[in-house]
Amino acid sequence: MKIGKQTYKINSKPCIFATSSIVGPKEMQGPLANYFELHINDVFFDEKTFEKAESKMLESCIRNLLVKTGTNEQDIDVIFSGDLLNQCISSGFAIRSFDTPFLGLYGACSTFVEGLVLSSMLIESGMFKQVIASASSHFCSAERQFRLPLEHGNQKSTTAQSTATASGAALVTNRSLSDNGIHITHVTPGKIIDLGVTDISNMGAAMAPAAFNTIAQHLTDTGRDINYYDAIITGDLGTHGSDMLAELFKKEGIDITQKHKDCGVLIYDENTQDVNCGGSGCGCIASVFSGYFFNELKAKNLNKILLVATGALMSPLSSSQGESIPSIAHAVAIENEV
Amino acid sequence: MDILLEYGKVFLTGGIICTIGQILIDKTKITPARILTLFVTLGVILGFLGIYEPIYNFGKCGATVPISGFGYCLYKGTVKAITESGFIGVFTGGITATAGGIAAAVVFGFIASLVAKPTIK
Amino acid sequence: MNTNLNITNSEYDELISKKAKKSPIVKNIIIAFIVGGLICCLGQFISNQLVNMGVEKEQAATFTSITLIFIGAFLTAVNLYSRIGKVAGAGSTIPITGFSNSVVAPAIEFKSEGYVLGIGANMFKVAGPVLVYGITTSVILGFVYYVFNYIF
Repeated sequence: MKIGKQTYKINSKPCIFATSSIVGPKEMQGPLANYFELHINDVFFDEKTFEKAESKMLESCIRNLLVKTGTNEQDIDVIFSGDLLNQCISSGFAIRSFDTPFLGLYGACSTFVEGLVLSSMLIESGMFKQVIASASSHFCSAERQFRLPLEHGNQKSTTAQSTATASGAALVTNRSLSDNGIHITHVTPGKIIDLGVTDISNMGAAMAPAAFNTIAQHLTDTGRDINYYDAIITGDLGTHGSDMLAELFKKEGIDITQKHKDCGVLIYDENTQDVNCGGSGCGCIASVFSGYFFNELKAKNLNKILLVATGALMSPLSSSQGESIPSIAHAVAIENEV
Repeated sequence: MDILLEYGKVFLTGGIICTIGQILIDKTKITPARILTLFVTLGVILGFLGIYEPIYNFGKCGATVPISGFGYCLYKGTVKAITESGFIGVFTGGITATAGGIAAAVVFGFIASLVAKPTIK
Repeated sequence: MNTNLNITNSEYDELISKKAKKSPIVKNIIIAFIVGGLICCLGQFISNQLVNMGVEKEQAATFTSITLIFIGAFLTAVNLYSRIGKVAGAGSTIPITGFSNSVVAPAIEFKSEGYVLGIGANMFKVAGPVLVYGITTSVILGFVYYVFNYIF
């Protein structure tokens, strides 16, 4: 049911029944290491190319989700997935091994939440009973597509973020099928916002206005106050983008810093891991939500969260043509039934 | 003492050229590929204007090792070929003078690609 | 609550510049100066040795370039040049070893796309513009030199 301008109340409250995450070696040195379920020790993951390694990560992640929930792959109505590579090859190649329909998504780093938005709406419609929302990214495959070759010696800008080598997947089910009390209650698909930032080494700042717009719209539409939520989680603005988001809210007289957490900031230790402003990539919020925040919801350390994934919708082509960075943010409200 | 002075001049010249590059990287949004292109072009132009010659005489390898020296070498080779063989030198001189470096980069690049594997920084 | 962004593009741009962490420019410059200077001294050393061995001066210069290009290629192949570049910035980008690095790095990386369309087609992905603009400028200015010295 639509409420307000952009938000939909999901009356059937689909359940996020289980999640699965896999990360690379660098993420395993980060502060959230203990929360990730699977990890790889070598960025090649015993494959010949980084692209194959990324596909294998995503495949392992989804496979793990099915195995641990005892779900048959034929019983999944659809897998939503997306990644950063041209034509979403990581997802396509990963999901060809499943006997399950696939709907590919592209929302850059917002893909995972885009998947959750669509999952809950389609379950609400009654057509789907259980679906998987997933996303992945790999530092090396993203680096070679978007930036200079890995072995090229250069300095990164202080505002740059580092693509996370990670995948995450969530099993979303109709409550009649299975229920653990963790429900998606509202979704707010975002509008594209572009404040003319052209610096591809500063995507956090480019995406912060989109995050602001979606969060503000969600709160307006639901009539909720920022304090309704235990945490407002963005991914991935990084430290600089988070500062910019705080500034934008400050202009409206709201202090978001107490409630705001950012997956790009959480996944690495900024001081020791040489990542400049933090992590990014589709896999960042996917793995941090699936690994860390889902755990916090299950343990009831958090009961009401607004998960806001941001995406920078540019390509190397548009950047070299001098275009700015159109940005997007999608939000889902996830609440524990108490 | 002379040898120290010689290396001092090389160090100073090379250091200053790299410093200019670093300032451009930090103060503007110029990417490394653009910096290399800018410097090589400047090397040619400064060679043409007769400015690079005195820098070379002072700094020796401090002036030739940076990529601007590659530009200087292209121009100097062109002039030399024009002197030796006339108009055709306009086209043959630059690459002839730098052929060793270009061929080395191609061949070493090819060999390296056969044996090396990229890794995460 | 106002959901529209109450800020113009230029105001936002200013806010970004104000909030963005500045790069440690003094430290960067010092390291670039030292590393760049040292690479040039290494070149001078090689050149001096060759001249002492009786190699003719111009050939010695070419040999020096080739040696430095080899060193750059070797350090790239053993995954070290990217680490040096991260610290040294322009100090390792501007010297000819950096040119070598920018030829070798894509060659290594694009091997996964094959010998012809991978290595062959991408080797000059980064360094190509150096040759395009270096050669074009030298031909144009060489032509100007020719016109002024031989025609007028």
